Amino acid sequence: MTDRKPISTGSDWNFELIQDYDREIGRVAESYGLDTYPNQIEIISAEQMLDAYSSVGMPVGYNHWSYGKHFVSNEQHYRRGQMGLAYEIVINSNPCIAYLMEENTMTMQALVIAHACYGHNSFFKGNYLFRTWTDASSIIDYLVFAKNYIMQCEERYGVDEVEAVLDSCHALMNYGVDRYKRPYPISAEQERQRQREREEYLQKQVNELWKTIPLLEEKHDQRDERRFPEEPQENLLYFIEKNAPLLEPWQREVVRIVRKIAQYFYPQRQTQVMNEGWATFWHYTLLNTLYEQGKVTDGFMLEFLQSHTSVIYQPPFDSRFYSGINPYALGFNMMQDIRRICESPTPEDKKWFPDIAGSNWLETLMFAMQNFKDESFVQQFLSPRVIRDFKFFSILDDDHEKELHVTAIHDDPGYRDVREALSRQYNLSMNEPNIQVYSVNIRGDRSITLRHVRHDRRPLDTESAEEVLKHLHRLWKFDVILESVEDNEVVDSIKCGAGGIEVKTMDLEEEEELSLIQRV
Amino acid sequence: MSYIVDRRLNGKNKSTVNRQRFLHRYRKHIKKAVDEAVTKRSITDLDSGESISIPRRDISEPFLHHGKGGKREMVHPGNKEFVTGDHIQRPQGGGGGGGSGDGDASDSGEGIDDFVFQISQDEFLDFLFEDLELPNLVKRQLQGVETFKYVRAGVVNEGNPSKINVVRSMRQATSRRIALTASSRRRLREYEKELQALQEQDSILRDKVREKELEEEIARLRRRIKRIPFVDTIDLRYNLHLKQPKPTSKAVMFCLMDVSGSMNQAMKDMAKRFFILLYMFLKRNYEKIEVVFIRHHTSAKEVDEEEFFYSRETGGTIVSSALKLMREIMQARYPADEWNIYGAQASDGDNWNDDSPTCRELLIKDILPQVQYYSYIEINPRRHQALWREYETVQAMVDHFAMQQISDPGDIYPVFRELFQRKDLKRAS
Repeated sequence: MTDRKPISTGSDWNFELIQDYDREIGRVAESYGLDTYPNQIEIISAEQMLDAYSSVGMPVGYNHWSYGKHFVSNEQHYRRGQMGLAYEIVINSNPCIAYLMEENTMTMQALVIAHACYGHNSFFKGNYLFRTWTDASSIIDYLVFAKNYIMQCEERYGVDEVEAVLDSCHALMNYGVDRYKRPYPISAEQERQRQREREEYLQKQVNELWKTIPLLEEKHDQRDERRFPEEPQENLLYFIEKNAPLLEPWQREVVRIVRKIAQYFYPQRQTQVMNEGWATFWHYTLLNTLYEQGKVTDGFMLEFLQSHTSVIYQPPFDSRFYSGINPYALGFNMMQDIRRICESPTPEDKKWFPDIAGSNWLETLMFAMQNFKDESFVQQFLSPRVIRDFKFFSILDDDHEKELHVTAIHDDPGYRDVREALSRQYNLSMNEPNIQVYSVNIRGDRSITLRHVRHDRRPLDTESAEEVLKHLHRLWKFDVILESVEDNEVVDSIKCGAGGIEVKTMDLEEEEELSLIQRV
Repeated sequence: MSYIVDRRLNGKNKSTVNRQRFLHRYRKHIKKAVDEAVTKRSITDLDSGESISIPRRDISEPFLHHGKGGKREMVHPGNKEFVTGDHIQRPQGGGGGGGSGDGDASDSGEGIDDFVFQISQDEFLDFLFEDLELPNLVKRQLQGVETFKYVRAGVVNEGNPSKINVVRSMRQATSRRIALTASSRRRLREYEKELQALQEQDSILRDKVREKELEEEIARLRRRIKRIPFVDTIDLRYNLHLKQPKPTSKAVMFCLMDVSGSMNQAMKDMAKRFFILLYMFLKRNYEKIEVVFIRHHTSAKEVDEEEFFYSRETGGTIVSSALKLMREIMQARYPADEWNIYGAQASDGDNWNDDSPTCRELLIKDILPQVQYYSYIEINPRRHQALWREYETVQAMVDHFAMQQISDPGDIYPVFRELFQRKDLKRAS
């Protein structure tokens, strides 16, 4: 406590102060060894924040009515005071762009800088999912390319035409990602150069696949015929881009754009708890360190803590504010808990976490941040202590039972089960229906068959599935069939053809009967 | 290392295009809401935006997700009294608080409440008056070329001295002088340099002859440069002003209303709604619009808005009195070559029987030749009387006269649209 000279005392900010705070926070972050992309801090107004919101935080995006819809609804909520705006938006790019709202006080700006510019930023740079799946240095370029390309298409083929393709792609966006294959990032410049070659080449390939001139050896045994695709394909948009029989080259490119953007956001969806937890942990740690060094005032800390505590508040399940587990709360508490386990482990911790109890907390945290996603992070690091603090309990909802069943609570026999269940809850492939391209009838009616493999008998929401199939039909242009499979048996199927939707349900008890509902 | 950028002055309406696309896509819904709003709204507040609500399912973007049923396990925080093995009643409605375990928090899962948003006044009026046009607006603009205004039209070489553009003339002069003297000045510089070099030499070694030569040459060049005129006539530039025909954009609207005993308050309200619609519509088409309120029973009187709509009188009805007053006001204050004149008359159709032919005469001879458009609405659930029949003969003779009947407030907007629908659409339908 040699010189308690705070950087500032008032609540107003100005550019010099932001610079001062950023320098100080950056200095502390470096002392903890946080590795970040350079920061680009942009001050924006509330209206601009609304704009940024509705384009899912992308600084440039192509035009589409659905973004307008988000904008309109955000604006409405904001005007009525039902919604505060987020203090910040941060973009996984190099340099890392963070938006600060001009309405914020100096304390909030400092909080945001610590949270976004050093917390999220280092996560983007360090986490293995982001490292392998996204290319921070080229995303902005790619978005610009996408925006311009879509704009050109609109000029050439009309807004409605492009909009229809985009609508259909958006409906399948969650199925436009590779979950297991490793990508090889291409830079935006290559992208542009290769785009034209791709158009021609692709069309040639598709033509090859769909060649209708009968070959001499056409008469071969049905059983001999190989299924196409040979293996089920999980990336529906990719499959469409490469194989849809009647798409125009530009339409394939649009499919590709949506797919690329979906892929870019995929890591974010898999690391919500970790990402927010990490950023929250670091803004808390960094600002507290600044306080210890006398760089910020008591008033600053009070305002900061007030905001911090409301961010990490977890309402209980029976509260009317409850809307699932707050990723900030869970993430922050787990990060803090890992530090506690490292620094002052209890006998319980030593039993549960023999590897990390008593180790260097900074190294352990870095390791956790770099090598996990939500699912595995919870599986690996959720301690009994955190389960107790949150009073977690697990509920089984089985539609064959009349009542809900409490399967585990925060007690000795329950810890593992709760942890298991919570980890599953963050497994995206569990939450999203498992749907893959199963086969394509390349020699017959060109219909495509998707298969939904049911897990725990959970069905699809039929209404939205029908809508999505219509979109898929628009891209594929021949019959589209979605079969639901349970225990290797097709239990029901939806078919979308030129005539409309056709739903078939196989009644398992009376196997022979088919109930047929025709809808248009 | 951080860069701090102030983006506040950058455009803030990045979402405008997307918003427009959204409005365009759902224009049918919006149009419907606007049409409903017009009949529901109180008479005076047509002048604001409107909140539009669209059923959420109409605008949801579908995606594949799980439906209800099957088996699923969820972890919730905040346990109070449960122990392992407990059985709990299924909570009613929505299968468990926050049961949306689907990775995507989607608003489409929330159910059937409407998507509500606000459109601005301008957008409201756009939708309200979509496909409507002012009849004969173009004709009068072409006719009205008697009024002109001067507009700047750049700079030219010829003109009268009062319009000299000094800056451009001087710029021209400067560049001409630079161009014409360039070679002389270059040589001058060379000679001066040579002379200076010569003069720096020792006086014995100097080439006196060359020195003299150079001095003469320098003097000659100086004279030559000086001879170039400072300003020449070819430098002069003049501002050009062009006479441009000015479209007559002033409009006056005459509101004529019957306030005799037979018009009750409900009828007057309907008339007022109609007048206000007309007023808003004209306001969108003209920079400046004046409104003249004339009310009549047996005699007519020009009144202010308040009195026009709210005071009540009794007595018989002589419609021609109002038309005469309109004619007088037009002659006195609104000459037809300067003003676009619109007339709207509302009445319940009662009139002194002998008066109706007079009305027809007045309209045909004095009023209709002067006005752009004249509309008559009869607020009358009953059958027509003499005035309607006389007006029908007028309608047969003249194009820019229209008449319609209104019997309840729901008719007002459709009738209004009927009266002002774009000609091409009307023909098509």
